[in-house]
Parts: sequence; C-alpha cells; structure tokens
Amino acid sequence: MADVTSAEAPAAGLGISETSKGTERLHRAIMIGLAVALVTAPFVAYPVFVMKVLCFGLFALAFNLLLGYGGLLSFGHAAYFGMASYVSAYTAKHWGLTPELAILSGTVIAGLLGALFGSLAIRRQGIYFAMITLALAQMVFFFSLQTPRFTGGEDGIQAVPRGKLFGLFSLADDRALYWLVAVIFMGGLLLIYRIIHSPFGEVCKAIRDNEPRAISLGYRANQYKLAVFVLSATLAGLAGATKAIVFQLASLTDVHWSMSGEVVLMTLVGGLGTVFGPIAGALVIVAMQNYLATLGAWVTVIQGCIFVICVLLFREGIVGVIAKAIRRPL
Amino acid sequence: MFELLGIPPQALFGQVLLGLINGSFYAMLSLGLAVIFGLLNIINFTHGAQYMMGAFVAWMALNYLGLNYWVALVISPLVVGATGIVIERFLLKRLSHLDHLYGLLLTFGLALIIQGLFRNQYGSSGLPYQIPPQLAGGHNLGFMFLPNYRGWVVIASLVVCLATWFMIEKTRLGAYLRAATENPTLTQAFGINVPLLVTLTYGFGVALAALAGVLAAPIYSVNPNMGADLIIVVFAVVVIGGMGSILGSIITGFSLGLVEGLTKVFYPEASATVIFIIMVLVLLVKPAGLFGRTA
Repeated sequence: MADVTSAEAPAAGLGISETSKGTERLHRAIMIGLAVALVTAPFVAYPVFVMKVLCFGLFALAFNLLLGYGGLLSFGHAAYFGMASYVSAYTAKHWGLTPELAILSGTVIAGLLGALFGSLAIRRQGIYFAMITLALAQMVFFFSLQTPRFTGGEDGIQAVPRGKLFGLFSLADDRALYWLVAVIFMGGLLLIYRIIHSPFGEVCKAIRDNEPRAISLGYRANQYKLAVFVLSATLAGLAGATKAIVFQLASLTDVHWSMSGEVVLMTLVGGLGTVFGPIAGALVIVAMQNYLATLGAWVTVIQGCIFVICVLLFREGIVGVIAKAIRRPL
Repeated sequence: MFELLGIPPQALFGQVLLGLINGSFYAMLSLGLAVIFGLLNIINFTHGAQYMMGAFVAWMALNYLGLNYWVALVISPLVVGATGIVIERFLLKRLSHLDHLYGLLLTFGLALIIQGLFRNQYGSSGLPYQIPPQLAGGHNLGFMFLPNYRGWVVIASLVVCLATWFMIEKTRLGAYLRAATENPTLTQAFGINVPLLVTLTYGFGVALAALAGVLAAPIYSVNPNMGADLIIVVFAVVVIGGMGSILGSIITGFSLGLVEGLTKVFYPEASATVIFIIMVLVLLVKPAGLFGRTA
C-alpha cells in the first residue's frame, strides 16, 4: 500500500545484504569524510551558506527517515519545521532563553505536534495519508497567520538574538555558530543512522515493504508508524529550530506548503531511501536557490521541472545512482 | 428588520450564498479528483492549477480574441481538457506501473511549473473579469438581495454535478467507466479500449476543474494563485467525504461550503480552518470518510 520504495528502492534492487562488513566500513568512511568536510567547510565556503545547507540537510534527512524507511509520504513536514522555528525564535527573543534551550523547546514542541498529527494521519494509508498531512499542515499555516502576537504575522519574528551558548559562549560570530550547527547536524545524522540500522528500523522497513505480513508476524504496525513519524517530526523540528537561530528569523515561509514540497524535492533529488542522499539533495537545491535567487518566480518553474524530470527519469536520485554503480547501499 | 441570533439576515444569507458558491467549487473539484483517482489511481495535484487555467483561458479569450463569457464557458474546459489529455498521454502514462505516490509528486511538479509560468506572465495581483451583462444585477428576495450571477453559479454547478453523476451511474459509457475502475484488465478483455478511457477520464476531470475556474472568474479575480490554496481545502473535502461515491462527493462539497459560510458569520476567526477541523473529527470518528468504503 504505502510501499513507495519497494519496487524502486536502491537497496532492495541490489540484492546485497545491508549489514555486510564492507558496507559498514564504507559507511564509516563516508561519516569520517563528512566530518572532515564539515571541519574544513567554513574555511573554504561562506559559513552562512554551509549552515543553510546543514539545516535543510537535517530537515531532508528527517523527512527521508519517514518516507524512505517508514514508507509514509508526508506532504506537511513544513508544519514541524516551521512551528519549531517559531517556538525557538519566540523563546529566544521574548523569554530570553539561551540558544540551546530555545532549540530544545522548538524541537520538543515539534515532537508533540508530530505525535498529535501522526496519530490522526496513520488512520488512513497511501494517498490519503499524504492529503491528511498536507491539510493538517495548512491548518498550522492558518494558525500562524492568525496569531500575529505569537508569530509576528506577515513580518515573522525578526532579529532573533543568537545569544550565548549555555550562557557562556557568544554565538554572534558566524564561525562560532557554525560549530554548534555542525555538531547538531552530525548528531542528527548519527542518530538517524542508528535508528535505521537498529532492530526498530528493521521492523519499520518490514512494515514499509509488506504491512499485512509484518502485522501477521505480531508487530503492531501502527505503533511503529507513529514512532517513526514522531522521530521524523522531532528531527525536522530540530532543523527548523536551529535554522531560526542561524538566520535570526522565523516566518510564514517556514510553515507554507511550498516548504513541504521543497523537502520532498531535496529527498527525491538526493535519493529516496538512501542514508546520505538527502544531504546531497539539500546541497543541490540550496545552491540552486542561491545562484538563481535573482530569477524570482522562475525558481518555482525550475523546481517544478526538476520534480517532473526526477519522477520520470531519475527516480533513484544522485546517491541512488552512485549506490547502483558501486553495488552497495549508501 | 428582524434579527436571527443577533445577526442581520442580510449578512447571514449573504454568507450562506457565498458558502454555497464555494461549496459548488469544492463539489466540482472533488468530483473531478474522485473520477480521476478511480481510474488512474493518482491524486491530481495539478487540479488547482487547472482550475486557475480555466479562469485564465476565459480571460484570454475575452481580452485577446473578444470571445464572451458564454463562449468561454464551452471553450475553456475544452482547451484545458486538451492540455490534460496531453499530460496524461505523455507523462502520467509512464508512471502507471509505479506506486501512485509518484503520480502525486509528478502532478505537484506540474502545478509548480504552471503556476510559476502564469505568475511570471501576469503577476500575482489578479486580473478583473466582468460579470456577463445577461447576469448583471440581482433580485430582492425580501430577506436578502440575490445577485443573479451568484445564483447562476450555484445552479449551473449543481446541474453539472448531477449530470456527471447521471452519466457515470446511469449510462453505458458510465458503466464502462465503473467496470474499468473495478477491474481494468477484465474490462479490456471484453473489448473496451481502457487506455483511451483513462485518457478521456483525465481530460474530463480536468475540464470539470476548468469549468469551475470559468464560473469563479467573475466572482474572484483571475489570479495565478487562485487554485493553490483551494486545492488543499479540496483535499480535506476529499478526505472527509471519501472518494468511493460520486453523490457523496457532491453532497460533501456543497455542505462543507455551507458550513464554512456559516462559520464566517458566527465565528469568523475559524472560517479558514473549519474544514480542516471537521476533517480531524471525521478521522477520529469514521476514519474511512463519510461516504468511503473501508480502505
């Protein structure tokens, strides 16, 4: 039913055991490579750009946890990203919380919202699941639009203070903030990697591939679906809350349906159901938005074209194609 | 003048009428979505953009070719339906063997392209479209003033919806359609050209959206964004009604429009979200939808 990746999953089509020793070693090498890249990145690229890629990369990783490994297409992930962004910005600005507490509170709220919406959405499957998540997210959008005392309405919450980490280290400097964002990103990636390769993750994949069978084996599919939904929403919230501190801004763009579409696009471009694909997808899309920012509304058209091309011709995504070429799941 | 629950009847019935008008758009759009979903197994995310195209084709016909509203009412669904047929033949057909979520993603991409192109060409402030002179003015019904055009929209869409229901449930073509929805392989084995039926069905669903767009043009301004938010509400309507029943889609569409209109009178703050809240309640009480078959 909701097995979006079963026919097309790069891992499933390769016939290689996902837990083979070589694969594990390869993944460890990629993780180390990523860590090295993160350490050198602020010296070769503009730190704010890298931080944007990291925030959206984490957002796409969280989304992919749900779609790629839970088989559930949420079209409303902007709700968790945006709500966390608002909570983080509000608590940092109006309550004077330190950045780590502001990010934490945004993340917790996103998790609670995910639990609420997830328990509603998993009552239906497949196409309905996507429509329900979209409609619920639109409700969050209208809520944000109509409560300007909390969200600042059309203006959003601007000039959010970056504050001092643990009340000690000032994050006003981009480089200082960068290390915090890099640690959050790497922590999120490792957590997601751990979830995917845990017994819990294996059951989720089983439910994705054949839900009735998993149920007949005694797994409570709905509890697993809800759990992976909450985890995904929480991590999307972590990304949104961090983004609010980085750009010192939380706005309606973060909760709009086009943001939900963007994270789908990043995951699709990078490689659905691959561990590292969403990072590549986020890099490509954020870079594209940066370079094409002057084109205005054409960016929407180009994004639409990428959607169409990816769905028709490039369903494996960048990392999916590489994984196929080297015959190892990435 | 008497008052009803502290609300002047003019305001009350005015909003009820506006609610019915929105309801007729919900009904026509969710009907098209349901028909398309039945046969193609995809949710047509482009539906909102095609509704917008319907309004724009009417506007272009008037401003570039001098064709009036009544001609546009026929031409616009045909033109937009034809583009739908092209989309089905060249794009959607390639996805028919894949999971239906890919169809959702493809049509979402198409919606972005179409809306982006129209925004580039015409801006996002909206263009005016005059009410046709035959339907200008209105009648005073005593308890309210009824603008002729608004009455026409409600009646016209009701007739179109019921005609669609009649065609699907009572005619031979409709029987083919229902058979192909139930079991395409077997229907094809009986000598019915199912791929052609699929293409025409998509074209028809899209034409229905375009017709709604033409009807909407004189009420709301012709705007590239007019379908983008509407389609999400229509999705909620579809979740509430379920896509199993044609008559169910029509009833759900009209009644939710009415509820929305009444909410605007009694608690305006909730008018934008009331349909989503009803969706939540329906999910809690009857997850398959009011008219849905058990999924």
